[in-house]
Amino acid sequence: MGHILQAKGIHKSYTMGKQTLTVLRGVEMSLSAGDFAVIIGASGSGKSTLLHILGALDKPDKGTIEFEGQRLDQMSNGRLNQFRNQNVGFVFQFYHLLDELNVLENVLLPAMIAAGPVGWLQCKKNVQNKAISLLERMGLNDRLPHKPYELSGGERQRAAIARALINGPRLLLADEPTGNLDSKTGHGILEVLNELNQQGQTILMVTHDDRIARQAGRVIKLSDGKIVS
Amino acid sequence: MIGLKLSWRYFLHRRISILAVISVALCVFIVVVVMSVMNGLVNEFKEKNHRFVGDCVIRASSLTGFPYAAEFIQQLEKQSFVHAVSETVQGVGLMTRPGSSWNVGIDYIGLDPVRHSQVTHFAQTLGYHADHPERAFQPSYAPEMDGCILGIDLILYRRPDTGQYDSPDRPWPTQRTISSFPLNPKGGLARAGLDMVSTKTFYYSDHSHSGLVKPDGRTIYLPLEQARILSGMDAPLVRSSTIHIRFADGVSVADGVRQVQQLWQTHVQSCKDKPYAEMLDDVRVLTWQQDRREFIGPMEKEQLMLTFLFLMLGIVTVFIIFVVFYMIIGHKTRDLGLIKSLGMPASRVAAIFLGFAAIVGLIGTAIGMTAGCLFLWKINAMENWLYDHYGWRVWDRAIYAIDQIPNAMEWPVLACVAAAAVAACLLGASVPSIQAARQSPVRALQVSQI
Repeated sequence: MGHILQAKGIHKSYTMGKQTLTVLRGVEMSLSAGDFAVIIGASGSGKSTLLHILGALDKPDKGTIEFEGQRLDQMSNGRLNQFRNQNVGFVFQFYHLLDELNVLENVLLPAMIAAGPVGWLQCKKNVQNKAISLLERMGLNDRLPHKPYELSGGERQRAAIARALINGPRLLLADEPTGNLDSKTGHGILEVLNELNQQGQTILMVTHDDRIARQAGRVIKLSDGKIVS
Repeated sequence: MIGLKLSWRYFLHRRISILAVISVALCVFIVVVVMSVMNGLVNEFKEKNHRFVGDCVIRASSLTGFPYAAEFIQQLEKQSFVHAVSETVQGVGLMTRPGSSWNVGIDYIGLDPVRHSQVTHFAQTLGYHADHPERAFQPSYAPEMDGCILGIDLILYRRPDTGQYDSPDRPWPTQRTISSFPLNPKGGLARAGLDMVSTKTFYYSDHSHSGLVKPDGRTIYLPLEQARILSGMDAPLVRSSTIHIRFADGVSVADGVRQVQQLWQTHVQSCKDKPYAEMLDDVRVLTWQQDRREFIGPMEKEQLMLTFLFLMLGIVTVFIIFVVFYMIIGHKTRDLGLIKSLGMPASRVAAIFLGFAAIVGLIGTAIGMTAGCLFLWKINAMENWLYDHYGWRVWDRAIYAIDQIPNAMEWPVLACVAAAAVAACLLGASVPSIQAARQSPVRALQVSQI
């Protein structure tokens, strides 16, 4: 399969006061469609920073990122917003569901952003059906009207995965999705991700847990800002 | 759609938004109440002043008056823009009650009550002859005697609690003696020796309630010719103190006064070879506002100061909203990071918080406006209740010359206050909203994880 994502010579550093902290030092990597890749590394090795750059949440200081032929590092902020909304689904360690919205509304959020106020009225019904179907797949069909704080950690993460999938993204990025869960619940989340991958979803996950990494098809080891294997 | 939904949900889920709503409501309430009462007082005061004089006033700057008024009045009466004209004679004197040692300094105004009522609202101020001003100087108990119209506070007692006057059904027999120094056209005393002072006794025929402190408290109205004799304006040539002009319907004060000024200049030129023509040089043609400036001015200045104070209040409101939104957005960093990571553009992120501010502004304004209107509606009843139970009057009726606290709500003013309150909320929220919108999603997500 061809590359869906290709990063070349990615550098990233942060300035903290008078000190400059270099996080990524010339990272080269690629992802093919249908991959389930895991970035692994010690705390502070730059895993999350790399994930954010690959997901167009952040820009590299140097280097190029191509997503299906489009140069992300050259896109304006407006185009990047649109790109993230249409092509990337994010799953965060702390779920990041909005407490003011119920589970269904949280899942619908990316679709509502994509549609805009007028478009939403036209596609509301279809998207709602899709969201309900996703939540059913996640085993949350009886949790639609609940607020996030009424759910368990595993349920929240499954709702977050449903939200990440609502716009049919080409790439699913997961930043330590089991990091805040007990091992049993975490295992359940991994099963969900594996199942999605088997259905063709490209997944790039960050973790510091070797046992989780072993379940992925491909492991990218990051150390001191560089890919070592 | 999602922006509006989030704005509304943030509003419902943040307790601090209740504080913001209360602060907006309180500010709106205060502004509505004070502006309405103050505007009411100022407008009522201006209206009373306008009713007291003509649209245009030709006024001598000296107590000696000015000559050749009759010729000018004839000219004015031929003009289509003039509805009616009235001349007056004004002077100062001492008023005594025959047989007593009581005396008081007064201003006296000589006028023709019928003509003056056509130019001003003089007839409406009369206690007994509002419908028959031609009889205003005829004491009902002695019609053949010279009557006088006393400023209401010179004859009747005003109850400090209700502001009402104890007024009998008809004037009772009582006399007032007016003494004045008649002046000659050069401004000196017209007579010498024992005859230096003109004194005449008048019989109380009516009283005038203009609602203005000075006219009601120290002015007595006399028949025009009698006042002329008292002031010395009867000889050696007839003089007047003022000419009041009421313009025809549809003529603006500014246009009317401009035309009168032109006519007056022509009149002055035509009189330049006549005796004492130089007295005309000190005569001014004024709008009613200019003529009453000394009274209206301080009130308007007070209103301006109040507006300035409200501006300060507006700045405080903006600052409160700014602080509230700064805190709210500080607590919403995680949400911001998430929303931006899902691809919402910065403008729509800012719109969420501006929408939130608009909701705070609209609800706060609605509450403040409703409370303000209810308060104004019942302000007099509440003030009466305070007086009945605690003997406390907020506004002394004698000082403010009002029967009731003005509580008319002016819709344009209310609309301006509402718009300003919502605008203040949007302004206060704009800086933190824009800051939030410009925040990097990664930074926002990382901050929330700390």
